[in-house]
Amino acid sequence: MKFAHLVWANLLRRKLRTTLTILSIVVAFVLFGLLCAIRQALVGGVELAGADRLIVRHKVSIIQLLPESYQARMQRIAGVDLVTHQTWFGGIYQDPKNFFMQTPVVPEDFLSMHPEILLSAEERKAWLATRTGAIVGRNTAERFKWKVGDRVPIRSPIWGQRTWEFQLVGIFEGREKGTDTTPMFFRYDYFDEVRQENWGRGLVGWYTIRVKEPARAAEIARLVDEEFENSPYETKTEPEGAFAQGWARQVGNITLIVAGILGAVFFTILLVAGSTMSQAVRERIGELGVLKAIGFTHAGLLALVLAESCTLALLGGGLGLGLAWLLTAGGDPTGGMLPLFNLLARDVLIGVGLAVALGLLTGLFPALQAMRLRVADALRRM
Amino acid sequence: MTTLFNWFSQVGSITKFGLLSIPQRRGAVAATVIGIAGVVVVLVGVLSIATGFRRAMAASSTPDSAIVLRSGADSEMVSGLGREDVRLIADAPGVARTTKGPLASAELFVIINLPKRSTGTDANVPLRGVERAATEVRDRLTLVSGRMFEWGRNEVIVGSGASREFAGLEVGSQLKVGRASWPVVGVFSASGGVAESEVWTDATVLQGAYNRGESFQSVRTRLVSPDAFQAFKDALTTNPRLSVKVLRQSDYYAAQSETLTRLITTLGVLIAGLMAVGAVFGALNTMYSAVAVRTREIATLRALGFGGGAVVVALMIESLLLAIAGGVLGGGLAYVAFNNFQAATMNWQSFSQVTFAFAVTPSLLLQGILLASAIGLVGGFFPAVRAARQPIASALREL
Repeated sequence: MKFAHLVWANLLRRKLRTTLTILSIVVAFVLFGLLCAIRQALVGGVELAGADRLIVRHKVSIIQLLPESYQARMQRIAGVDLVTHQTWFGGIYQDPKNFFMQTPVVPEDFLSMHPEILLSAEERKAWLATRTGAIVGRNTAERFKWKVGDRVPIRSPIWGQRTWEFQLVGIFEGREKGTDTTPMFFRYDYFDEVRQENWGRGLVGWYTIRVKEPARAAEIARLVDEEFENSPYETKTEPEGAFAQGWARQVGNITLIVAGILGAVFFTILLVAGSTMSQAVRERIGELGVLKAIGFTHAGLLALVLAESCTLALLGGGLGLGLAWLLTAGGDPTGGMLPLFNLLARDVLIGVGLAVALGLLTGLFPALQAMRLRVADALRRM
Repeated sequence: MTTLFNWFSQVGSITKFGLLSIPQRRGAVAATVIGIAGVVVVLVGVLSIATGFRRAMAASSTPDSAIVLRSGADSEMVSGLGREDVRLIADAPGVARTTKGPLASAELFVIINLPKRSTGTDANVPLRGVERAATEVRDRLTLVSGRMFEWGRNEVIVGSGASREFAGLEVGSQLKVGRASWPVVGVFSASGGVAESEVWTDATVLQGAYNRGESFQSVRTRLVSPDAFQAFKDALTTNPRLSVKVLRQSDYYAAQSETLTRLITTLGVLIAGLMAVGAVFGALNTMYSAVAVRTREIATLRALGFGGGAVVVALMIESLLLAIAGGVLGGGLAYVAFNNFQAATMNWQSFSQVTFAFAVTPSLLLQGILLASAIGLVGGFFPAVRAARQPIASALREL
């Protein structure tokens, strides 16, 4: 620690160069933060999934519906705690670009199944009392400036030509920071009554099952699929996490793409910062010789150079992560396409780790070079 | 005239001087060049995803083909048309005809879960039921192996992209649809178009399997000429017995690819833009130190009568050349790594997978090199100005 001022003085020797190097490291970490947030937006659903929840869908594909009567049959399977269902509504509010998900649900069961959806007691009561009532997440409510009491007209090409009018009775919050607050939920009884004009009465999209013991989830999933085997509506049951992961993977291997881009970014920055560090050491060979001559050990010089490169990397990394945090604090920049967009504390920690690694790597070769200096050679270069 | 020539020769000799000194500072120069190459690789790589996706969607249509959906439907998935609607559409003015009848194919579009080879997880593979005119309302559809399915039989043919990306779609394998098993009898290609992502069978067979009765989701037609579209559209939209939406197939696919292409392009430009800023700092560092080690040489030249402007221009040329070298390197790497890279992603409008190949086009490479040049110019400008502004006397005294 007593040599901190020496490290500092060396960094200040060429202020412009130090500033430029730090700035390039800042850029790398801003990118790191943004890419982590994007990755979170695309695959984050997997981590938020409930360990005790299973999703049951039609075996052939999720667009095919299942009979509502399956609910009672699933409920009878040992180990099943609660069963709820949802159906893809595919509604359009004013313009197809204003996309957000809407599904009809049975309110009591649904709220009990999803404790991550926070609704006040009054709003809950209002929903149970209003047949055309709907609740919407904070994100979408703010996007369209809706307030409780508004009437929201929505058209759904799947369920006939009519325009559905929902009365907004509640705006829900997410229990966790990453909970998706873009969807809208409305009452299944209203939905089922109105859609009979067209088709689909008594059919639902998919089921969610809560199991009593998460450890038995896989076994219960198998029991459910066996129950409906050889019926006209065979099922595929999987844990909610696996279901979410399947969706994310349909988009592509996002984690791999993000890792690829970050690899290119850090490789680039490593080169820039590394070449600056080795230049800084080369310029001072004479001085380093003097330090050795007055008694600095090999290890001491190694530490001195590494401290310098780590200071650079941590300054840049800290600023970059801070900036990324500020940039992502506003949440989803696309207005609804990436509801889970946020920078997690875990990713910030990984970032700090990366900054240390970057500092050590960029300083390593110059530090070794400094350590191996022979005093006589070095002094001659003064 | 002679002064101008003189100026150029000054620029030339300083540039040559600079370039010849590169081997002495090869570490820093290599770091800059490779750094810029990294930026270009990311820019070209990410944008090639968007270009490839758009190209797959665009390759699916010719200007004289149209698609008819139920009004209000944005994709086939949520559309529905009855047998009578189909008949009216096929008989509309503007539809091309052959001896076998109008070139119109009423189609059914559903999805089916199949494991993606790369991840092993389920993917929504499109399964399309078509009529006999299907191959004629689309261009360049050819069988690459096996044979066409037989009409009225439970057989399927699969697009080459689907066959490559999803498991269990080779000729000879069985496709499980509910409790039935349908043999795969052929693989077709559609010059990279979106049809290559699909599995095809006879529409009437699919209606039976999915209890769809006599209903379809879209009608695709070939028109007598691209100009016949307006008349065709007007005839259908003014017909009181129909409630339909008529689009050129090219517009339909352009709309479907828009969201994803825009998202990828925005992200790609943002990421590469930020990286470029980082690379500018790196280039500035390199050029500042290049100038610093040559302080005395430059001062000497100035003392001999070389102009400040010539010094600035020469140093900027040097920086630009390094940047272009980086750009070319990066573009080449991106081409080798990403061009024709096969992938599949979700088309959210149709809720199904689209297979496509990344496309590194000349225009993308040009964009990459332009970005590199911009980095070089910005990175060279400030150090060059500083070099030219140094007071000659004090610079000569420097170490």
